[in-house]
Amino acid sequence: MIEIAQVTKSYGRRRALDGAAATFAVGRIVGLVGENGSGKSTLLKMMAGLLRPDSGSVLLDGKPVTRALAGRRIAYMADADLFFPYFTIDQLFGFYDTQFDDFSMEKAYEAADFLRLDRTSKLKNLSKGNRGRAKIAATLARQADVYLLDEPFSGLDPMVREEIVKGLIRFTDPERQTVIMTTHELQDAAPLLDEIAVMKGGRIIAHERTEDIRDEHRGGPSAWMKSLYEKESEPIGAHSS
Amino acid sequence: MSFEFLPDKPIYQQLIDRITGELIRGVIRPGEKLPSVREYAVEAGVNANTMQRVYKELEGMGITETKRGQGTFVTENPERLQTLREERKAQLIADFLRDIEALGFTREEITDYMTGRGRND
Repeated sequence: MIEIAQVTKSYGRRRALDGAAATFAVGRIVGLVGENGSGKSTLLKMMAGLLRPDSGSVLLDGKPVTRALAGRRIAYMADADLFFPYFTIDQLFGFYDTQFDDFSMEKAYEAADFLRLDRTSKLKNLSKGNRGRAKIAATLARQADVYLLDEPFSGLDPMVREEIVKGLIRFTDPERQTVIMTTHELQDAAPLLDEIAVMKGGRIIAHERTEDIRDEHRGGPSAWMKSLYEKESEPIGAHSS
Repeated sequence: MSFEFLPDKPIYQQLIDRITGELIRGVIRPGEKLPSVREYAVEAGVNANTMQRVYKELEGMGITETKRGQGTFVTENPERLQTLREERKAQLIADFLRDIEALGFTREEITDYMTGRGRND
């Protein structure tokens, strides 16, 4: 379980997180959504142990998340493109294997086959879609307790998105693994998500089960998110809570 | 291909409707083995927890049976399949009547149309 309590974080004078709080239970697939600059990526990096909160806490099963803890239990996939252009996919897997104790070469090969990747190709020669596939395969090959994915679908065509959705379902275990992803593609991601948390102005302004949203809100998750944004249109921080 | 879903109805209900619909149409046969929860979730492009719920509800409805170590099978009970057909028919008609009444059509008008008297208007 991940517990986020009253987390703040500023970059210079800009407040990226302003009292964000949430609890994410084991086994859920959670979508973290919200406009650009709402704090999604910052919060995800914090859960990955890559950023420290200015105040507040981020706990995994009661322990503060640090880089060391994350290295053993939390797999983070950045939004950025792949790092080592001259590596083949096999070499990328080999590198991950040296970096992470929980990396499984067997799972990496399975994921690469499932996503129809040629492991001998160099990353720099891959299409954008195939680089997206390679990135998710390397991430899912870690037998982590938590997967944190920053915009796993962004810039990818619908076919690749669909394959990544299927890969996520195929290679994560809802009995013991948690997935938290930021996404702008709520429409595409929604069938995959157990829960949706909406961020605005550095806070989580709503967090619901996707099936409840479908049941109770006309228009479904996208309309629900839009209506939340309209309701919360006064500047954040104007009201005390 | 993943399945298409309506945005404002729970996915587990849409999947139950889909599977029972396939059963009524004979796409799935009595006694047939269903894919595992994980396989079906991947095929549909939905969360495995959602698919788990679908399987649990289908079993609760008496549509499927789980055989230990073998998987999930569609019931071979002909009465259950017959009542399933009746339930879906009643549901379709109830939805239809609600829609026509919401638009102010009378039942007589609709009955006339459906029995053919109004068909060539």
